[in-house]
Amino acid sequence: MARALINVPPKAKRGEVIEIKTLISHTMETGFRPDNTGKAIPRDIITDFVCKYNGQEIFRAELFPAIAANPFLSFFTVAMESGTLSFEWTGDNGFSSTESVNISVE
Amino acid sequence: MTRAAFLLLTVVLAGAATSAAEIPLAERKSGYEFMTRETRAMQDDGTANPAMLWVLDGETFWRRKEGSAGKSCADCHGDARTSMKGVAARYPAFSAARAGPVDLEERINICRTDQQRATPLPLESKELLALAAYIGQQSRGMPIEIEDDARMRPFLQAGHDMFTGRQGQLNLSCAQCHDDNWGQKLAGAAIPQGHPTGYPLYRLEWQTLGSLQRRLRNCLFGMRAVAYPYGAPEYVNLELYLMWRARGMPVEIPAVRP
Amino acid sequence: MARQDEPLPRTRRRFLVEAAAIAGAAGVGFPLATEPAAATLASMRAAIRKIVGEAPLNRGKIKIDVPALIENGNAVPFTVSCESPMTENDHVKAIHVFTEKNPQPNVISVQLGPRAGRASVSTRIRLADTQKVVAVAQMSDGSFWSDDAEVVVTLAACLEGS
Repeated sequence: MARALINVPPKAKRGEVIEIKTLISHTMETGFRPDNTGKAIPRDIITDFVCKYNGQEIFRAELFPAIAANPFLSFFTVAMESGTLSFEWTGDNGFSSTESVNISVE
Repeated sequence: MTRAAFLLLTVVLAGAATSAAEIPLAERKSGYEFMTRETRAMQDDGTANPAMLWVLDGETFWRRKEGSAGKSCADCHGDARTSMKGVAARYPAFSAARAGPVDLEERINICRTDQQRATPLPLESKELLALAAYIGQQSRGMPIEIEDDARMRPFLQAGHDMFTGRQGQLNLSCAQCHDDNWGQKLAGAAIPQGHPTGYPLYRLEWQTLGSLQRRLRNCLFGMRAVAYPYGAPEYVNLELYLMWRARGMPVEIPAVRP
Repeated sequence: MARQDEPLPRTRRRFLVEAAAIAGAAGVGFPLATEPAAATLASMRAAIRKIVGEAPLNRGKIKIDVPALIENGNAVPFTVSCESPMTENDHVKAIHVFTEKNPQPNVISVQLGPRAGRASVSTRIRLADTQKVVAVAQMSDGSFWSDDAEVVVTLAACLEGS
């Protein structure tokens, strides 16, 4: 599992729009960089990111080589109910990493 | 006399060393102040700062049992938040074992070999950088304070001489840019004063975390001067001088730089 | 926010790019041996067309927030936001970002919905050179809206050697 940092307010009011910030460790090798011999280093990137709120998908992103190394993604959601926010990153060479965070909504 | 004229005069008259007048504390500026607002925001935000990924790894390694002694850093040093507070702010420090200054990465390796009975971590490796970032972060905000240790004086002098002496194909000294011309532009980028307040740091150019030695090698490459191998005493002497030159400035570890 | 409102002075390079684009659209071959940007401008337009199809691309509602001057193209802070009530009946379905001169035109595509609350996404992107970045929003009513921004990319002075 790759190292990731998630920032979600631990508590929120029902109906409040909250910001979710995510950061994950990944080189995001573009596939366009040449190595010492001039050959292109093969692409190795995170291609997809999904965020689910109590199992329901609330945000999805398709990433391309133009996303910087150690991808940072920040987005919003409406705090509906207490529960779990889950995050899944998948990518080239079978890359897969998941994280989850609890949120308390009153 | 204008700054440009002064520099020309220095170039014409001074064969060897330049004036290298130390920047007074009130005028000392971290590289942070020469960055764009957006890059500064990246450094300040704990979730956006990519270096924090290494800090988290460092926290894990701190507690991992290593070597034939089967000890973790925590076994001797406990909670890093207390035991490592202020440590990075006073490195490089004198090591009796080495009869000279060592930087933080070397100090970690001394612990690994002598206390944990483990192999030293390769310089610039992910684990060593993560530990240095984690330990360094415990000094964030504290003023850099290099002890005035008589044993260190010859090494400090060596570092000073390297900083002020001309070298490389361009026959430039570090001081010419970083003491005499900081704030001016070089190829579109502002020349900072060159204070190592935030190492190891995430350099956008590297797309990863790197040490001060790595950055110094980039400088030497830019000057078309010989780059010493990693771990060379020349780097530690220069690091010692740079940290001494930055004394009083707050630690920013782990920083972000372009 | 920091975004270039004034167009850049018309340099020869820009003229060639635009001329090639017009020529390309008119179906005329325009050999530009010294201008590699023309190829990726066409591929950016193709990538946008894949999303938008033949529908009109309106300007407005979506806004790019990116610094006008970048110190290093490896990690450019980038935010794109849309005005939208984000209700079941009226929301942003997706946002797509493209670049003009990167080796590949796509940057990111995000799927949103009423649960997003706010149609705003921030990330860090790579920009290979000074160029234009385009963002397209796809609304729940099927309409498309776009914004673009010009970004100047400089490089740090002392780079990695070997």
